[in-house]
Amino acid sequence: MSDAGSPPERVRVSGPPRRRTPGARTSDIDAGTRLGGMYLGSLLREQLRLALGVLTLLTLLVGALPLAFHLWPGLAGVHLLGVPLPWWLLGVLVYPTLLALGWAYVRRAERNERDFAELMSEVER
Amino acid sequence: MNAAPGVVAVTLVTLATLLIGTWGLRFSRTTSDFFVASRSVHPRLNASAIGGEYLSAASFLGVAGLVLTFGADMLWYPVGWTAGYLVLLVLVAAPLRRSGAYTLPDFAEARLGSRGARAVCSLMVVAIGWLYLVPQFQGAGITLRSTLGAPSWVGPVTVGLVVLANVSSGGMRSITFVQAFQYWLKLTALLLPAMVLLAVWSADGSPRAVGGDSWSVPLAAGGGEGLYVTYSLILATFLGTMGLPHVVVRYYTNPDGRAARRTTLVVLALLGVFYLLPPLYGALGRVYAPELAASGRSDALVLELPRIMVDGPLGELLTGLVTAGAFAAFLSTSSGLSIAVAGVVGQDVIGRVGSRLGGVAAFRVGAVFAVTVPCVVALAAPNLGVARAVGLAFAMAASTFCPLLLLGIWWRRLTAAGAIAGLLAGGLGSAVAIAWTLATSEPEGWADTLMGQPAAWTVPLALATMVAVSLLTASRVPPGAGRFLVRLHTPETLELDRG
Repeated sequence: MSDAGSPPERVRVSGPPRRRTPGARTSDIDAGTRLGGMYLGSLLREQLRLALGVLTLLTLLVGALPLAFHLWPGLAGVHLLGVPLPWWLLGVLVYPTLLALGWAYVRRAERNERDFAELMSEVER
Repeated sequence: MNAAPGVVAVTLVTLATLLIGTWGLRFSRTTSDFFVASRSVHPRLNASAIGGEYLSAASFLGVAGLVLTFGADMLWYPVGWTAGYLVLLVLVAAPLRRSGAYTLPDFAEARLGSRGARAVCSLMVVAIGWLYLVPQFQGAGITLRSTLGAPSWVGPVTVGLVVLANVSSGGMRSITFVQAFQYWLKLTALLLPAMVLLAVWSADGSPRAVGGDSWSVPLAAGGGEGLYVTYSLILATFLGTMGLPHVVVRYYTNPDGRAARRTTLVVLALLGVFYLLPPLYGALGRVYAPELAASGRSDALVLELPRIMVDGPLGELLTGLVTAGAFAAFLSTSSGLSIAVAGVVGQDVIGRVGSRLGGVAAFRVGAVFAVTVPCVVALAAPNLGVARAVGLAFAMAASTFCPLLLLGIWWRRLTAAGAIAGLLAGGLGSAVAIAWTLATSEPEGWADTLMGQPAAWTVPLALATMVAVSLLTASRVPPGAGRFLVRLHTPETLELDRG
């Protein structure tokens, strides 16, 4: 340490760099080059594909029910624990199904975004 | 009929609402606070508030009444209203938040760079808002008439005044606390009586209702026409949620896109829990109160059932509880809608007319306008049934804002001309259908069916028009569209030029 009587040494304190230098890939998007457009397009396509996948499942699991009951009216007479099937399906089971679909979507969408962010922050050598 | 529990319930809910609202007044002073709660609302609080605001008179009263009268195919209303949030989550939630705009007209202007598109959007917001508000006020009339024996005009006027007071004083921030409180109030108000009523039912020996099998078929009657009606309803509810003005505004209170998605997930859970209950009332009503369906007073089922099934003071207490929940339902949804409409009127109409009013003052004037008109219409217009009227509002939202959001968020080549054309096509189509439905007392034949549930043709019409006109005016794609899409879809943590 320094002697008493002389001013204390100046110490420079610094943390980890807060701003990452933009990698070559983000600058592609910023500049609006074709390559940048392709990067963005790939993200969009991935997210849209995920969205449409979830919606397709929604259509098949839930949206197909009116058609099913139209084609096979006997289904309405099926009783489980004394309660007819339609009430179980549309009154109870549909809600956990929607929640499960939503949860699966959120996890996948966040992963897509993480992957994209990693891709973008790689600096080209 | 003992009016005391009703009076107590209504008074308590009103006081609680005003008190919590005033407490919020301490936190809100700027226009930003007023509109968007300064973007600092905690996700779980926000989700409770969204749920509270979304569960209107249609959910609290209308569904049970419809299930009583028509059976399982009415379950598509609550299922649709919940699934609409899933569709919103998957296609719209994060991008909408990242767009940074406050309202739907803001989004249109930011995405398209067009004042004209903004103006048409504002018009649609007001139309949809009022279309949704009228049944709320009518539901209030029904509630107060049923529990207090009050004349039909008392309900709308009371709700109108309380909403006006609350909205003008605290804006969005205080409303957030109030809405969150009211979700839990509504859930409790429906859950506790349901448990008691189920106990009474099983103590009675679990009696079954006599009646036709068609009550359990989740499909509207009438073969092909029934299939059309059910699918059109599904389309309207699944696609309409994203276009409701009071839903969209809440998205901007999330800190970022990720939070917006997670909040929506919590909303899905909260709605699912709530919607387990109204069909229960409908089913019990079929056993204990079938005469309500015949007399056309099915909307009052939830209010009447406790008193019918349970005698004495417990019955009165439960009646008071459901009345409180019903009243909370109108207050919360009416408040949310009024804010959305008042915001649009304040920004786009009053601000434009060049008056000297500042942001907050313009908002308050807009609030008066936003509340008074539907209140008056509710007093004058015929009662279509609360849930059905709300369904029509969904149809209009699905035909106008849904195509705008879908194409604006996912398709770079949407132009202002295309958007305006699509909005007008969808808006006019659904407006014509609604007017036709109101004018028709005895629907029969395909024309009346098509007009009664228009979403199956108005939504494709609007989409097709938007796409076609955009392609025809391809030279006028807004120059900033690409940059805007970067902003909508890329995670905020990335360093990018978002324009």
